[in-house]
Amino acid sequence: MEKLAGQNKKKSFREPGTDSTYLIKTENLSKIYPIGLTTLTALDNINLAFVKGDFAGLVGPSGSGKTTLLNILGSLDSPTTGSAVVMGKKVETLTHREAAGLRNHHIGFIFQTFNLLPVYSVYENVEFPLLLQNFSSSGRKKLVMDALEWVGLADRAFSKPLQLSGGQSQRVAIARAIVKNPELVLADEPTANLDAENSRNIMDTMARLNENLKTTFIFATHDEKVMRYLKRIITLNDGRVAKDERAAGEGT
Amino acid sequence: MIKFLIKGLLRDRSRSLFPVLTVSSGVFLAVVLYSFMNGVIADMINSTARYQTGHVKVMTQAYAEESNQMPNDLALTGINEITQTLKDNYPDMIWTARIKFGGLLDIPDEKGETKDQGPVTGLAVDLFSPSSPEWDLLRIEKSIIRGRIPVERGEILIGDEFAGKLDIAPGDTATLISSTMFGSMAIYNFKIAGTVRFGISAMDRGAILADIADIQEALDMQDTAGELLGYFPDNIYNDEKAAEIAASFNRQFKDPDDRFSPIMRTLPVESGLSDYIAMIDSMGVIIVSIFIAAMSIVLWNSGLMGSLRRYGEIGVRLAVGENKTHIYKTLILESLFIGIFGSVIGTAAGTGVSYLMQIYGIDYGYLMKNSSMMISNVYRAKVSTGSFFIGFIPGIVSTVLGASIAGTGIYRRQTASLFKELEV
Repeated sequence: MEKLAGQNKKKSFREPGTDSTYLIKTENLSKIYPIGLTTLTALDNINLAFVKGDFAGLVGPSGSGKTTLLNILGSLDSPTTGSAVVMGKKVETLTHREAAGLRNHHIGFIFQTFNLLPVYSVYENVEFPLLLQNFSSSGRKKLVMDALEWVGLADRAFSKPLQLSGGQSQRVAIARAIVKNPELVLADEPTANLDAENSRNIMDTMARLNENLKTTFIFATHDEKVMRYLKRIITLNDGRVAKDERAAGEGT
Repeated sequence: MIKFLIKGLLRDRSRSLFPVLTVSSGVFLAVVLYSFMNGVIADMINSTARYQTGHVKVMTQAYAEESNQMPNDLALTGINEITQTLKDNYPDMIWTARIKFGGLLDIPDEKGETKDQGPVTGLAVDLFSPSSPEWDLLRIEKSIIRGRIPVERGEILIGDEFAGKLDIAPGDTATLISSTMFGSMAIYNFKIAGTVRFGISAMDRGAILADIADIQEALDMQDTAGELLGYFPDNIYNDEKAAEIAASFNRQFKDPDDRFSPIMRTLPVESGLSDYIAMIDSMGVIIVSIFIAAMSIVLWNSGLMGSLRRYGEIGVRLAVGENKTHIYKTLILESLFIGIFGSVIGTAAGTGVSYLMQIYGIDYGYLMKNSSMMISNVYRAKVSTGSFFIGFIPGIVSTVLGASIAGTGIYRRQTASLFKELEV
């Protein structure tokens, strides 16, 4: 993993005047959706900060705003009011192209349903984010194989996604998310489609990555098995932060 | 990235097979249709040129005004001198004199009484001069069905179907009853050397082919011919060159005050095919326009279906950080590959089938029994340079156009709900 960490040195992406202490900082962030003549407040005045190496979870019942917040932190959506600064970039001011650039270079995504591209091999799925960054062929090969080794699937590099189990598929998705050595990984219910053993393997893998690479992980989950691994649990309720707790031994 | 896209196309048949089949089918149809129409019209022009008009034709102005009535009383006199002048002035052209005539063909029985009789149109050409171009122009030897080619004066060839109707065979005698160029009655005996298939229903039903010297003698037309035909040596009509030659000839020899002075006309003017020839030029444009419009709609639809099917893939690509313009470009690039591949297959298959149709043709003679048009009974396609482009370029354009329209949906895709969408 050190090899993985050593690759892909990134240019500073940070906007001048933004606080470099935090990887992510939201201030009075709200998201309101118009529904017919009324509105739905999905997020209401969220003030949160995440530092490098956080292993945090957004928990709460359905409709509490977990995924909406994840969308905004991933620059897939922008707040209605307030601000979200992600790696020095104000999400609300980013153009589509800039948001795509932020995701491409700095954010990895892990989905509930893996979302691997079925016509491509495991290797090619993991390689895809690097193609967008114009890595050389040899550079890509090294990074892909490193990532696959980390998730324990180097021997399945040339298998097709359909030949993999659910747990293996999710590990490929993790490899795809970390291959570009992002500062931040966002995972939406990553264990929802997995059995207990596979869930544990997946969480072990991500915890190891967090430990070794100091990659920041933010989960949206209501899976107890995931919560046991989290160093920080942010409970959302009706779009508000109800609780923000750190596990014993974790600093603020 | 290109390698990545090609792998996707090769492995995902629903991404490539249907569009390739659609493009190649469309290109195939466009190529075959174009080549077939091109062949039929080129054949019509060739047949008309070969039997009726030449590539350019010299007549008296008076003859030209009534040429459809074969007015041999208005024919060109001093034909040998005019021919020589034409050969001197336009040495690159092939010049040959002809007489068209009409009358009755009387078939006597063994007692010399009329056994059968029928109206006949005839074409008198130079059959016996060593330098006569007519054997090649009219493909006489290849047209023989029964009997042999004429080898001496007084022998004629007769349409095979006409011979059947009159119940005559090679070796029989036939008497032409017509009128001389001065209006008196002409009767001339011929021997049937053989029967021919002109390949044009109007001629097969009632025409004979005779030597011009015999007809000059029969119709009292010494050193006279109705028409002097000029052909380009490669036998391919060139409108620009023909118009240039005709204009130069008419400047030199045409006298507006003298009805019997010569005039030269080009094939389209003489045959009335000018509109047809103009249509050939616009035909390509029409085919291409229809093809691009129809194919673009089909491929647009196919692109939309593809986008739906690839909704998840595109969502992941957006999430991973590929921007919309890049995705749009890759979709167009994919369509370019499909367009090129489909167009190559369609063009190859289309020109292949057209080539076979050029060699073997399709015989529609049974449908043209009553036709009086100078159209060959066998329809052939004609593979030309245009055949290689008429489908190829539009195939690529329509594929890219279809993908470009369908791909704009990418820009309407909201990234805001990607997590939700990708959970499905």
